[in-house]
Amino acid sequence: MGRKKRSTPEINAGSMADIAFLLLIFFLVTTTMDVDKGLMVKLAPWTDEPPPEDNKIKEKNIFVVLVNSNNQLLVEDDYLSIDQLRSAAKDFINNNGDGTCSECNGLRSPASSDNPQKAIISLQNDRGTSYQMFVKVRNEILGAYSELRNELSERKYGRSFPTLNEEDRSVIAGIYPQFISEAEPISVGK
Amino acid sequence: MALIRKKKSKETPPVSTASLPDIVFMLLFFFMVTTTMREVTLLVRLKKPKATEMQKLDRKDLTTYIYMGAPKNPNIYGSEPRIQLDDQLGNIGDIQSFVILKREEINEAERPKFTVSIKADIDVKMGLISDLKQELRKAQALKISYSTNPAASPEELYKTY
Repeated sequence: MGRKKRSTPEINAGSMADIAFLLLIFFLVTTTMDVDKGLMVKLAPWTDEPPPEDNKIKEKNIFVVLVNSNNQLLVEDDYLSIDQLRSAAKDFINNNGDGTCSECNGLRSPASSDNPQKAIISLQNDRGTSYQMFVKVRNEILGAYSELRNELSERKYGRSFPTLNEEDRSVIAGIYPQFISEAEPISVGK
Repeated sequence: MALIRKKKSKETPPVSTASLPDIVFMLLFFFMVTTTMREVTLLVRLKKPKATEMQKLDRKDLTTYIYMGAPKNPNIYGSEPRIQLDDQLGNIGDIQSFVILKREEINEAERPKFTVSIKADIDVKMGLISDLKQELRKAQALKISYSTNPAASPEELYKTY
């Protein structure tokens, strides 16, 4: 009788941890949420009254980008293709016409912007412009700013702009502030 | 005394691993619970444009999504691009109250960081987007993000379509 007495064999729980780990890793990997990325824009507050006509911004400090309903670009009265927009915008922002921006190495043309603090990019589109084109144009303008900031950051700190610390980054962003205006669309043509 | 010391030096007691599965399961459940995604079912066709200069939207709880595109079911909703707010298609007039309602949900200290992410299809015309922007301005939701997919290089964007 004593010989027949059996103790139930213990289940080896050692591999339990492995199984659980496997599940854990599976969930960690599969539940990677698609991080939403996008072009950040700050809209102007709503006002009922139309903006004053005689604003003191000089014509040469505004870089006018028009996009029509056929997704064609008119930049400062010139037809440009989308791949030319970035360098045109860079030249405009970096122009430094009055020489107040000591860090800029622009062309200093009297016909273009005074300095990056005053340079405004005005983006105007038609109601028939496609969203894709709009995003492309928007992207090129933002790209112009980020390239300028990067170049300055490399000259000044020897590192790219995104790797800078908060303080240095605000210095660079202060030299090249982003002034982009999205005007209300006009409706011309279909 | 001598006996105890002798025993100690002889063998280290094995660490009990019996509770390890419990710990790991706890972690597992933690991740399973916290990563529940509140996704809406898309009623519109959505193919996001590509871009290179985007920024990450890191606070999901402070972000409200507005979808735009041609309805997936044109027999019911027609073929013109529409706006989807949460799980239903809305009109331009619904946006203000929708955004204000969403902003009320987050606590007051973080309301300035409230962001509206516009997830629009590439074929949507800017007219509709502009109407949406005007409504957002009226609702004082001024931080917006045009949701995009990453492009491999800027050159990819120059190709005509």
